[in-house]
Amino acid sequence: MLTELSLNLIKTLGRALLGACRDLAPIVIVIAIFQILVLRQPFPELVSVLAGLVLVIVGLALFVVGLDIGLFPLGETLAEEFARKGSLVWLLVFAFALGFGTTVAEPALIAVTREGARAAADAVLIDNTPVAINRYALHVRLTVAFSVGIAIVVGVLRILRGWSLPIIVVGGYILVMVMTLFAPKEIVGLAYDLGGVTTSTVTVPLVTALGVGLARTIRGRNPLTDGFGLIALASLAPMIFVMGYGFFAY
Amino acid sequence: MELFLNPTKLLLATAKDVLPVLGLLVVFQMVVLRRPLPRPGRIVFGFVLVLVGMACFLGGLDLALFPVGRAMALQLSASAQGASNWVAYGWIYLFAFLVGFSTTIAEPSLIAVANKAEEASYKAVSSKGLRIAVALGVAVGITLGTFRIVTGTPLYLYILIGYMVVAIQTYFAPRMIIPLAYDSGGVTTSTVTVPLVAALGLGLASNIPGRSPVLDGFGLIAFASLFPIISVLGYAQLVQWVVRWRKRTQQV
Repeated sequence: MLTELSLNLIKTLGRALLGACRDLAPIVIVIAIFQILVLRQPFPELVSVLAGLVLVIVGLALFVVGLDIGLFPLGETLAEEFARKGSLVWLLVFAFALGFGTTVAEPALIAVTREGARAAADAVLIDNTPVAINRYALHVRLTVAFSVGIAIVVGVLRILRGWSLPIIVVGGYILVMVMTLFAPKEIVGLAYDLGGVTTSTVTVPLVTALGVGLARTIRGRNPLTDGFGLIALASLAPMIFVMGYGFFAY
Repeated sequence: MELFLNPTKLLLATAKDVLPVLGLLVVFQMVVLRRPLPRPGRIVFGFVLVLVGMACFLGGLDLALFPVGRAMALQLSASAQGASNWVAYGWIYLFAFLVGFSTTIAEPSLIAVANKAEEASYKAVSSKGLRIAVALGVAVGITLGTFRIVTGTPLYLYILIGYMVVAIQTYFAPRMIIPLAYDSGGVTTSTVTVPLVAALGLGLASNIPGRSPVLDGFGLIAFASLFPIISVLGYAQLVQWVVRWRKRTQQV
């Protein structure tokens, strides 16, 4: 029994390793070709680069297998239990906590908001003091995390009620364009980029599992047409909320 | 290099990313739903794999891909300095296209979502086809984004036109693909793509006369999240046309 299980695991890992090699081959080829043909420079620190490459391949394989046996089943059971229990309030609380909680500590978000705060200080939109810069960065970060929480709540409500996603998303686009006309120029670029930054490597698979799990459990919903769309809303909402924060702050 | 020499630090940093998520799931499963964890041993093992996998992956990126990729982005944009017109930036466009494509194919969260989509559609959507469509979208988006930095045209014009194209495509594309296509915009921009692309954008903006890194260096990520939507919707329309055409030729 135990040996059978570990044998299965070795097989799965082996397949994942092969997949990771195939996935990374294009990057290696592109970099090698440019290095040799275009830039014509010897490779710097070849040994450490090769060691890093092995680490990347092993890491990608472990990550994919781990998602399949850990994160995905847990996310889907949770979605099923929520749907069966029918407690809407707790489901929405969970949706908000998932969006807010996974976004607020996101390293990429922290880095980008800091850059944005410096740019705002250079443009004399806020005082050029460390206190003002830190406060501005924190406010933008909280705004983004809050907006992702709201986006997941709206997305879950959409799955439950069967609202049309194109209408919400295209409506959101129109709102973004109208706000772009009026928002301060320095915050527009930042707001656009923040939409893409919020969705991290751990959040995306989990949110997808939640959406697909919900759509699969609720009668009359299709996992493909109703289960997806949460990430789209999570990348749209920060643009709207951050530009809204721009109106409020200046 | 620093991270590689300090694996405990790297593991801790990854744990800070993963543990809050695990904590949230466990609290809601046990306290709110009052259900025991299904197969807890397996789930914990899965989380350990995710944790170790992410730490290896990020450590390896820091060691192998990022230094080389950054150095190349800087060398390429420095070599373009003083070039008179936009055609002279050909190598940069080619590099942007290839980097966009190859990093997106290896993006872990895209792999996860594409596999999920294949499973949720009972194999009607192919995981490989979806990933190639998304990667092509990112490649075209980033190429156009570097073109924008080189020419200095305003960002919002491109985004506005892109949004219009998405709205029109949404009207004609098959219903089942739309939510997935919208999602693929947000999925593409995480661990692998962002650092390399950001280095390229900032390098270009600081090497080309008349561009400011603050105003022109940003925006590439926005391109990389808009164009996959267009390419996935386009891919679905193409598949639909091919199926219809085949049906018609079979009837005749």
